[in-house]
Amino acid sequence: MNQTYDQLVDDLSPKKFGWKGKIWTAFLVFVILLGVYSYIQQFREGLIVTGMRDYALWGVYISNFVFFVAISLVGSLVTAILRLSGVQWSTPLTRIAEIIAVAAIIMAGLTIIIDMGRPDRMLNLFMHGRLQSPIIWDVIVITTYLFISVLLLYYPLLPDFSILKKRGQGSLRLREWYGKLSLNWSGDSKQHKIYTQSIKLLSVMIIPVAFAIHTVTAWLFATTYRPGWDSTNFGPYFIAGAFVAGAGAVIAVMYVLRKTYQLENYITDEHFDKMGKMLVLLCLVYLYFNINEYLIPTYKSTEEEAVHLQSLFTGEYAALFWTAIVGGLVLPVIALLFPKGRKPLPLFIVAIAVVLGAWWKRYIIVIPTLSHPFLPIQGVPESWRHYSPTWMEWSITLATLAGALLIITLLVRFLPIVPIQETAEEKGLLEMTKITES
Amino acid sequence: MEEIKKDNTRRDFIDKGIKIGKIGALLSVGGLAVVKIFGSKANAADNDMVELMSTDGTLIQVPASEVTQVPENKPAYDPREGFHNRKFVMVVDLAKCRNAKKCQSSCNKNHYITGDNAWIKIYKMQETEKTAPYWQPTLCQHCDHPPCVKVCPVDATFKRRDGIVLIDNNRCIGCRFCMAACPYSVRIFNWSDPWQGETAENTEYNPDHAGVPSQQGTVDKCDFCPHMIDKGELPHCVSACPNDVFSFGDMYEDTVTNGSGQSVQLSKLLKDRAGYRLMESLGTEPSVYYLPPSDRVVDFEEGVSNYTEFESVEKTDKP
Repeated sequence: MNQTYDQLVDDLSPKKFGWKGKIWTAFLVFVILLGVYSYIQQFREGLIVTGMRDYALWGVYISNFVFFVAISLVGSLVTAILRLSGVQWSTPLTRIAEIIAVAAIIMAGLTIIIDMGRPDRMLNLFMHGRLQSPIIWDVIVITTYLFISVLLLYYPLLPDFSILKKRGQGSLRLREWYGKLSLNWSGDSKQHKIYTQSIKLLSVMIIPVAFAIHTVTAWLFATTYRPGWDSTNFGPYFIAGAFVAGAGAVIAVMYVLRKTYQLENYITDEHFDKMGKMLVLLCLVYLYFNINEYLIPTYKSTEEEAVHLQSLFTGEYAALFWTAIVGGLVLPVIALLFPKGRKPLPLFIVAIAVVLGAWWKRYIIVIPTLSHPFLPIQGVPESWRHYSPTWMEWSITLATLAGALLIITLLVRFLPIVPIQETAEEKGLLEMTKITES
Repeated sequence: MEEIKKDNTRRDFIDKGIKIGKIGALLSVGGLAVVKIFGSKANAADNDMVELMSTDGTLIQVPASEVTQVPENKPAYDPREGFHNRKFVMVVDLAKCRNAKKCQSSCNKNHYITGDNAWIKIYKMQETEKTAPYWQPTLCQHCDHPPCVKVCPVDATFKRRDGIVLIDNNRCIGCRFCMAACPYSVRIFNWSDPWQGETAENTEYNPDHAGVPSQQGTVDKCDFCPHMIDKGELPHCVSACPNDVFSFGDMYEDTVTNGSGQSVQLSKLLKDRAGYRLMESLGTEPSVYYLPPSDRVVDFEEGVSNYTEFESVEKTDKP
């Protein structure tokens, strides 16, 4: 491949949206505005506008929250774990992964506020926070993860910002901004040393924090007595599921971006093949945890667990449960075992199935348990026995999903999706430029 | 607005505290003062000598000038601390319950409950197909190891020294984690604005009388009626029950009293009637004991006509 540095910068610098990009952004903004409208109603009238009641006390907001936390874990997987293990091929995917992570963790924080009965008292969490509550653990680790994720997105951008300032295609004002954001990056050896050390340090730091965010989220459930949640397996089970959801999200986003921006030279078929293989591995690990999670309680079938499991296997939630397990886990594994299944388009379809399956899996984890309390449900309106989200709840939930996609879209608009500097370095183009520039 | 309200509540607590503090001074701390007065009177002739009892029980003569009055240092009543040296318990006799629902309606009325879910529920229970069904009134178990308190992120729900678990509705953020944690499903959420009528709405909020007024977006539940205990009366459910199903009392006194005013020894009652607590294996250590429905005083069937599957709060006229 005979490629010059200029061509590389041209290919990779952020580009203005075409009509498709504009329509997509407008669509996301529209969905968000609908959600904002619904949320204003909810804020005024209370959570009565949702389908939640005293038994189904948590609903789609909480399952959506768990989904966002799960997705955000991918930042640490692709960026940190692959980076630290010296995997070279992941370079073009690191930024995509970090962008997804930042978008998802922001929306996770927002979703939990949406679920609060008294969002006006949010500051109580800081004024009266008690360390023995898993919610406080969640507040601490999620904010920590957000900070580290933002830094891990930002630091590798410094050289790229400097390049974009010098030779980017954007307007003068935009390039000025790139200059400011580059923090006077000159690329000398002193800066380079701090830069590589910081990234390495952040990569090490983000792994335990990433494990913590999802383990703590699992503990929100596992610290209760309820059948279906009362499980020591929950922490690793959630982590395994998060890696699956996150890897699926990265594949889906990288397919769309490659197609939109013609990045075939940078995000190659081989990348899809490797991500596909990784997804198989992650799915198998998750499947293993699922077997643990469902087989052992089924074997014992204690009174409470049996009722819960029956509703999943053959009862009210059977259709959702089996679709999520088979469609979102078993079929993807089978499809990805074949090299043809790991080609970009089939893999993209599989990834979408995996992400959708992951979303519904969270729903299946959160909601059915609540309809099987220890004491019978009596004396409350019939509608309280079954939970189904109201359209207001759906519109708010869809708005949070659109919000995450909008953050991704905007970051993609203004940031180079594929790291310019690192790619140039790997392709051996950098030395040449330095010479020509000086 | 919120801040002002909070301050008012606090002042209210302090006022109340002083009242109770005075009673406390007469009852317990008074002991020291009595010794002092008695001692100084008895030894008036001896000129400045007082007789005191030492810690090992012998009487000693001490010059009066050496004795100083210890200033009364009784802490003010704090709704987070509760009544001093008390530990409240309840006993529910399942042999007597015929689902008359008077406990429920009295509780609903006195706590101005307007939602669809009452704080006391009378469950139709049946352990197995072969055992007889029975009625089980269920309220907050006021656990000694309350799972709800453990998970509350803002210390809104708390456990007091007198055994009562309460909620500070001015602090609750409405995350509902306590409801998820409670294995007894006794917690109620105010999903919408709980308009409770003038009386409740105009009362100053105090966790000692839960639900007056209730607040949108916060959790409510049975409060064990500290506002009644304060007046020396029994909780609403206890006095409303026509069958003396409930008995309420103090574990330290080892006595419980039923709605008719009969008191019995708690430990003996629990032993004789094989008292138990709900889901004891969870380790929550409830303060509510149940006596099994053996040797029934009333028939199960009597309550069936009163049983409504879908309604635990009777609504007469909804505005």
